[in-house]
Amino acid sequence: MEGLRLVAKGAEADLWLDPDWNGRRVLIKRRVAKAYRHPELDREIRRFRTVHEADIIHRAKGAGVPTPVLYQVDPEGAAIVMQYVEGEMVREVVDRLDCDGRRRLFRVIGLQAGRLHGAGIVHGDMTTSNMIRAGDRVVFIDFGLGEVSREAEKRGVDLHLMRRMLTSTHFRHTEELFDAFEGGYRDALGAEADEALRRMGEIERRGRYVDREDRLDGDG
Amino acid sequence: MSRAKGFLSSPPPYCLKVEAIDRLVCLGIESTADNLGVGIAASDGAILANEVSSHVPPEGGIHPREAARHHAAEIGRVLEGALKAAGVEAGDIGLIAFSRGPGLGPCLRTGATAARALAAYLDVPLVGVNHCVAHIEIGRLATGAVDPLTLYVSGGNTIVAGYEAGRYRVFGETLDIAVGNCLDVFAREAGLPYPGGPAVEEMALKGERLIPLPYVVKGMDLSFSGLVTASAQELRGGRWRLEDLCFSLQEVAYAMLGEVTERALAHTRKGELLLTGGVGANRRLRGIVQSIAEEHGASPRFVPLRYATDNGAMIAWTGLLAHAGGIRTPIESSHVDSRWRLDEVEVPWRG
Repeated sequence: MEGLRLVAKGAEADLWLDPDWNGRRVLIKRRVAKAYRHPELDREIRRFRTVHEADIIHRAKGAGVPTPVLYQVDPEGAAIVMQYVEGEMVREVVDRLDCDGRRRLFRVIGLQAGRLHGAGIVHGDMTTSNMIRAGDRVVFIDFGLGEVSREAEKRGVDLHLMRRMLTSTHFRHTEELFDAFEGGYRDALGAEADEALRRMGEIERRGRYVDREDRLDGDG
Repeated sequence: MSRAKGFLSSPPPYCLKVEAIDRLVCLGIESTADNLGVGIAASDGAILANEVSSHVPPEGGIHPREAARHHAAEIGRVLEGALKAAGVEAGDIGLIAFSRGPGLGPCLRTGATAARALAAYLDVPLVGVNHCVAHIEIGRLATGAVDPLTLYVSGGNTIVAGYEAGRYRVFGETLDIAVGNCLDVFAREAGLPYPGGPAVEEMALKGERLIPLPYVVKGMDLSFSGLVTASAQELRGGRWRLEDLCFSLQEVAYAMLGEVTERALAHTRKGELLLTGGVGANRRLRGIVQSIAEEHGASPRFVPLRYATDNGAMIAWTGLLAHAGGIRTPIESSHVDSRWRLDEVEVPWRG
C-alpha cells in the first residue's frame, strides 16, 4: 500500500494525497499552525475555518455547484478528508486555452458563481487558484473564507476578488475573461446580478484615502 | 541597518549606463499627507538630501487644508535646507519630481504648485510620480532588493504588490481604511497621542490577554473598519485593560496583514519580501514578516524608517527612474490625481 504524499503546500494548508483511505483516493487538507500568530487566535481561526468550510462545501452542492465529496471533518486537528479531484487548477490552464476555450471556461465559472450567490452563499476567496477544471466541469474548492449571506456588498467583494485576480495575474485577457464570466453570472443570477456588479464597481472606485472632506473638493 | 549605508556608494544595477557618465540630479517634493518632504537624488543612486517637515495636528487626525497650509508655509525653508544638506546649487538641479497622487487633494496641490514653479524657473523637465511606486522604488534602492513582494502599510495605504510585466500588480489591499488609520482612530478614542501606531505598540507591550475582535480577510484583501469599531466599543464598555485591548488590536491587525502577505508570497513565489511604510516600524509586524519570509524561503527586507515614511528622497529617486524611462510631465498637464492607483502606472524602467 502506498503512503501519504504531500501534493501541495499552500499559504494556509498542507494538502496530502492518501491513495487508499478506506479504499478511496482522498485529499487531506490540514490547516497548519502559524508561528507568527498568537496561539489562541491561530487555533480559533483554524478550527472555525475547518468546520465552516465543510458546511459551505455542502451547501454549494445544493446550489448545483460542483464541490468535493466530504468524508471526515476534524476540528481539533483542523483537517478535512475529502474527495481527491482529478484535474488542473484553472489558474494554470488559462494561458494554454484558445480564445473560445477561455470564454467557455469563464462562462461556466460565472454561471457557478451566480448559482452560489443565488443560493445565499459567498465564496470569500473567489480566484482561479480555487477552482479545478475536471473535464467539462469546474469544481470549486477552498471555502474557508465563505459566508452564508445575500448581502450585495459581500457578493460585490467576491466579484471584485475575481476581477482582481484577472487584473493581477491573467492581465493578458482581463476584459475578455471578465466579459465571459459576467455573461454566465447574469444568466444564473438574473436581475440581482446588476446590484452585485454595481457594488463591485463601487468597491473598486472606493477611495483608499480616508478623508471625507477632501472628497468634496475634487482634483486640481 | 548596514545595508542602508552600502547603497549610497554603489550604483544599482538597473541604472542606465549613460547616466553613470552624465550624472543627473533630481529634486523631489513629497506632499501627499501630513509630511512635506524635499529630497535630492542623483542618477548613480546617491541620496544627497532628505529633509522632512511634519504637520502635527493639534488634535485628531489629519486635516487636509491645515496640512496644506503648513506645507505652503514650510516649503521655502525645507527647499533651502535640502539644497544646503546636499551641497548643491539650484543650477545643478536637472530635473524636478513631485508626488502626483494618491493622497489628499489640498496637500498634493501645494507640492505640485511648488514643483511647477521650480521647473519653470530652472527651465528643467518636470516628472509627476506615483507615491506608492516611489515607496517601492526607494525600498528597493535602500535594501538592495531586486524583485520583491512589497507590503506597504501606512496611515493612508495598505497594499500588497509585486512587479509583473510592466507594472506593479496589486495582489491585495484594504477594502476600507488603512491599517495605520485604524490604529490612529483607536488611539484617539483611547486618548493616546497621534500617530496611533507607536502609542498602541507601547501599550501592547504590557498587554497579555487576547480579547476576541473581528478578523476580516477576503482572499488577499482585508478590512479594518469592523476591527476599529469593535475595539472602540470594547474600550467604551470598560471591561478590559487598555493594555490588553492594544495588545489584541495589534495581534489581530498584524495577523491579518501576515495572512494576506503569506498568500501573496505563495501566489507570486517572489524571493524577497519588502516591508515599507510608517507602520513597518512596528516590531511585532517586523517579526511576523521575518517569520513568513523564512517559512517561504524569501529574504526579508526592512526599509530604514527615514525612507519608509513619506519622504522627498523617494520622489526624487523615482523621478530619475521615470525620466530615464522616457517619462515627462508637461506643466500644462501636471494636475494631481488624488486617486491614482499603483497598478495604473507604467514602469518602463523595469522589465
